[in-house]
Amino acid sequence: MTVVPQAATLPQAGRIRSTADFYLTTMRLAVQEQFQYRTANYFFMFGMVAEPVIYLVVWTTIADQQGGSVQGFTAGYFAAYYIVWTLVRNMNIVFGAPYWEQRIREGDLAGALVRPLHPLHYDIAYFAGWKVVVIALWIPLAIGLALVFDPTLDPRPLEIAVFAVAIWGAYLLRTMFQSTLGMLCFWTTRGAAIFDLWMTLELLLSGRLVPLPLMPDWVQTISWFLPFQWAFYFPIESLVGDLSDAELARGLAFQLLWILIGLSLFKVAWRSAIRHFSAVGG
Amino acid sequence: MALCDPALLGGGWVNALRLSWLYLRVGVMNELQYRVNFVVQIFQSAITLLVGLAVLALVYSHTDELNGWTQPELLCVLGIQILMGGVIRTYIQPNMTRVMEEVRLGTLDYALTKPEDAQLLASVREVRIWQVVDVISGAVVLGFGLSRIESGLSAVDAAAFAIALLFGAVMIYCFWLVIATGAFWVVNMWTAAELFDGVFQTGRWPVGIYPGWLRVSVTFLVPIAFAVTVPAEAATSRLEWQTLLLAAGFAVVLLAFTRWFWRFGLRNYTGASA
Repeated sequence: MTVVPQAATLPQAGRIRSTADFYLTTMRLAVQEQFQYRTANYFFMFGMVAEPVIYLVVWTTIADQQGGSVQGFTAGYFAAYYIVWTLVRNMNIVFGAPYWEQRIREGDLAGALVRPLHPLHYDIAYFAGWKVVVIALWIPLAIGLALVFDPTLDPRPLEIAVFAVAIWGAYLLRTMFQSTLGMLCFWTTRGAAIFDLWMTLELLLSGRLVPLPLMPDWVQTISWFLPFQWAFYFPIESLVGDLSDAELARGLAFQLLWILIGLSLFKVAWRSAIRHFSAVGG
Repeated sequence: MALCDPALLGGGWVNALRLSWLYLRVGVMNELQYRVNFVVQIFQSAITLLVGLAVLALVYSHTDELNGWTQPELLCVLGIQILMGGVIRTYIQPNMTRVMEEVRLGTLDYALTKPEDAQLLASVREVRIWQVVDVISGAVVLGFGLSRIESGLSAVDAAAFAIALLFGAVMIYCFWLVIATGAFWVVNMWTAAELFDGVFQTGRWPVGIYPGWLRVSVTFLVPIAFAVTVPAEAATSRLEWQTLLLAAGFAVVLLAFTRWFWRFGLRNYTGASA
């Protein structure tokens, strides 16, 4: 008996529905899987908290020395900034460039390629599910940090709503650029140097190190032309700062713009990368 | 027992040093084959250094002193932190992660069945010589910082600095060995090891700026203050002799505890599948 493969093309509506279904199922799987590793996830988060706590302590010390504030930023503002930072940073961890290297080197990509959906869909869906666990685990951590550092946080309802959207925008934005960088691994096994450089630029130009207004003017000017601040400074500032409605809308628009730019770059890079690829194992 | 006989004890020390030296030489020769790693390491060290300097420049563009430390003095702190980080990644961390990995794989038994002291063997088998780049770059930053401090470095300060640095390295080694020994019970000590990298960044700043609970943690729980701030205090002539004494006492206590804990761990260790 011969088996006829079922390859009838789906109508457009069916395709969207099945993609949505794929996303939901993958996310649910990720939630269930990652929730089992709560301890490991917590350890990871604790390790990450060291970084913002250091920044926070340094800038609080400076603020206290100068009679309570640096350029108008109070200790309470810094506390709020760096506590919200921890959530944004957690949302920002994506299936990054180094994982692409692993995926290619170990031959997993060959298997992913024969699936009907692009691997990027899987990455976005799985990590999005993981983020749900991350947010749940983050809440007690944030409460603990808030008790210790006494943040000044007084958001309007609209700011909370924008923040809730912006952290997912940051997640998508960073996914696009990290995946595009990951395409480099199709050509070189020493992408790590370039990733390091990228991460360093991001550290200095995104608001990860300090709220951007504390940076020299020329750094702020440069960062206007780069995607970094929309995945760090803007989401944090949308909740912590005092942005106007127009600024909030502009921020979301910039996020969308950079997500689309990142996606286009990824598509171009992917097309030439996949032509270059010959599978190893898998 | 061999340890009770003074003559043998002397012989044991010489033997231990000779063995460490041999492992070091073999390890270095192994690593020297991979020249490209040297370039990669220089690149990474340069990035670390530039970021460190940029952060300092940023902080001091908003203030003249941080908790009583001027910019050249904090350059010394940064230099010592980079230097100590280099020492850790050259020698301490590779050996300790190897112990954890071997507990997981069951191959630690091969080291344990050798006639030498197991703690010694576990501590000297690996060396990542290219990480020495960080030791050098840290030393350069320290030298540059010192050259910009007007009072200069007296001979007493220099001696205190060297001693404090040595104590610091010993304490960091003890901390790592305790973590590695933990792998006898908890296989998943990797995450704890990863925690260290994040926490070690606290050493970039003098420990005095941290709130009390954190200061105590990074002094006695993870001895970063002893490894970085205390040597930096010596180099910038602000070290009190009591602090150095405390460092010495704590190093001895920690060394003894680590020795005991390692043996306790070994007694409970039944080996794995090897």
